[in-house]
Amino acid sequence: MAIIFKPSPSLPPPVTSVGPVAWVRQNLFSSPLNIFLTLFSLYLLYLLIPPVIEWGFINATWEGTSKAACTGGGACWAFVVVYFDQFMYGLYPEAETWRINLAVILLIVMVGAFAIKTINKLYLSIAIIFAYPIVAYFLFAGGIFGLEVVETSLWGGLFLTVLLGVIGIVASFPLGVVLALGRRSDMPIAKSVCVVFIETIRAVPLITILFMASVMIPLFLPEGLNFNKLLRVLIGITLFSAAYMAEVVRGGLQAIPKGQYEAADAMGLTYWQSMILVILPQALKLVIPGIVNSFIALFKDTTLVYIVGMFDFLGRIQAANHDANWLGTTVEGYAFAGFVYWAICFGMSRYSMALERKLETGHKRN
Amino acid sequence: MTDTNMARAQLAQGEEAIIEFNDVNKWYGDFHVLKNINFSIKKGERIVVCGPSGSGKSTMTRCINRLEEHQKGTILVDGVEMNNNLKNIEAIRKDVGMVFQHFNLFPHLTILENLTLAPIWVRKTPKKEAEEMAMHYLERVKIANQALKYPGQLSGGQQQRVAIARGLCMQPRIMLFDEPTSALDPEMIKEVLDVMVQLAEEGMTMVCVTHEMGFAKTVADRVVFMDAGEIVEANKPHEFFDNPQHDRTQMFLSQILNH
Repeated sequence: MAIIFKPSPSLPPPVTSVGPVAWVRQNLFSSPLNIFLTLFSLYLLYLLIPPVIEWGFINATWEGTSKAACTGGGACWAFVVVYFDQFMYGLYPEAETWRINLAVILLIVMVGAFAIKTINKLYLSIAIIFAYPIVAYFLFAGGIFGLEVVETSLWGGLFLTVLLGVIGIVASFPLGVVLALGRRSDMPIAKSVCVVFIETIRAVPLITILFMASVMIPLFLPEGLNFNKLLRVLIGITLFSAAYMAEVVRGGLQAIPKGQYEAADAMGLTYWQSMILVILPQALKLVIPGIVNSFIALFKDTTLVYIVGMFDFLGRIQAANHDANWLGTTVEGYAFAGFVYWAICFGMSRYSMALERKLETGHKRN
Repeated sequence: MTDTNMARAQLAQGEEAIIEFNDVNKWYGDFHVLKNINFSIKKGERIVVCGPSGSGKSTMTRCINRLEEHQKGTILVDGVEMNNNLKNIEAIRKDVGMVFQHFNLFPHLTILENLTLAPIWVRKTPKKEAEEMAMHYLERVKIANQALKYPGQLSGGQQQRVAIARGLCMQPRIMLFDEPTSALDPEMIKEVLDVMVQLAEEGMTMVCVTHEMGFAKTVADRVVFMDAGEIVEANKPHEFFDNPQHDRTQMFLSQILNH
């Protein structure tokens, strides 16, 4: 008679390897060097944190109409409070700022609607991508339904920063994907056009492109054929970002095993079907970290529009620093700017990590 | 070979060719990978292609659905010449299923979505109908309970059976197998071969590149032996194994059968 094989029962791990105490021991005090680094870091935190809290909160002044009101010796947040609307909306007429708020709320509601199970996600996406920009444009610019016209030169502050960032991101992404596919195409003309475009744009600083957009293009265009400066800058930012996006996406396309292309071909899918249904969903998922990296970089790069005379969030803060009533508030202004940029970029980064986890289908070995 | 198989082989000989290679030559750069391939496969025939690695057996098989392009000669599949005409290629690919060594399932789609993708997008089958058909084939390969999992959650043998079902969902007239068991653990080879044997018994035209000589003996109508880009010998399995004509074939068989 054969011996019957019975697997041994699984046992729980030893107590010393689980729980918070084990975590602290393994991660903070596992070796003499780590013990030293942990204690040294704690000491640095002790040196840094109390003064920052004292300056930023305990001794800070929150109310007042000029720098003179800030007598506590801490941060003069009154400056930020007084200028808050301008930091947010630029020179957009105060009575009309509800239009910006409405557009933002509308976008949040529409994006939030994805969480509702019964809603048709395809229609919702189409509404966000095609209908929303039109609605938002007329809300911002006015001119219909009795809305007062607001010139784009008055657009500014965080509103302008987010506008440039979002439009740059949304428009450069599909363009970048097409450029990446073009660069890997078998068609010589499409391929060389994409290569030349990507390599040219990547070899030029964004500032140069913004100068081209704001100063040079109007010189070349015939009289009367000029178009809005904001639009020109937007196109410049989009093309710039698309070139980088293309290379990120190409990296993803190259990481997809040849077998995936062959399997898609072998079942009779056309080129675009195999790209859209099989290759891109995998390639884009692989390069989410790179894509978000580009998006975050682009979002911060939009501050360069200050150079061509557009007052975005940072531009507004710098301009306000020159107010004679508030001289000496530079640190508070930049601290506020830093915090807002950090909050937005950190949010993008967390969102991308959540997205990666959601798209994980278990084919990757950890 | 059983009597029914014998009868089928004789029947097949009377019918017209569904795949025809005429003087096919192919080069990878300077490397002459296929040399003057002349071969025809009849409807319903089961062909096993074997040979040492680098002999061109995979390449020849992949020329049938033009995953590889040949540079000289003609290949006719179902009467259609495989050339640069994209429409012809796409039309033929609809009717030729393919199973790969590394399964090549789409990892971002569930098993069910893997199976319905081509029927929905290429054949324009309504989604519900495609799903019913997919479940039917998944049951045939005994894996229907995994339909909503992702390929990464399945074992190699299960993935390869899914790949076969995926090919069948297009209701192909020809199935190509490119070393379907070479990447599998020994324990899983049988479950895949069982599915292939079942398919062969149903009369599917099959071209199978494999080293599974047991499979070749049981189901093949003809065994093709290739070396250095040429077809050295093609014969009925019992003659191929018991009485190989060519010394190169004899050497190959002695190497793979006596280890």
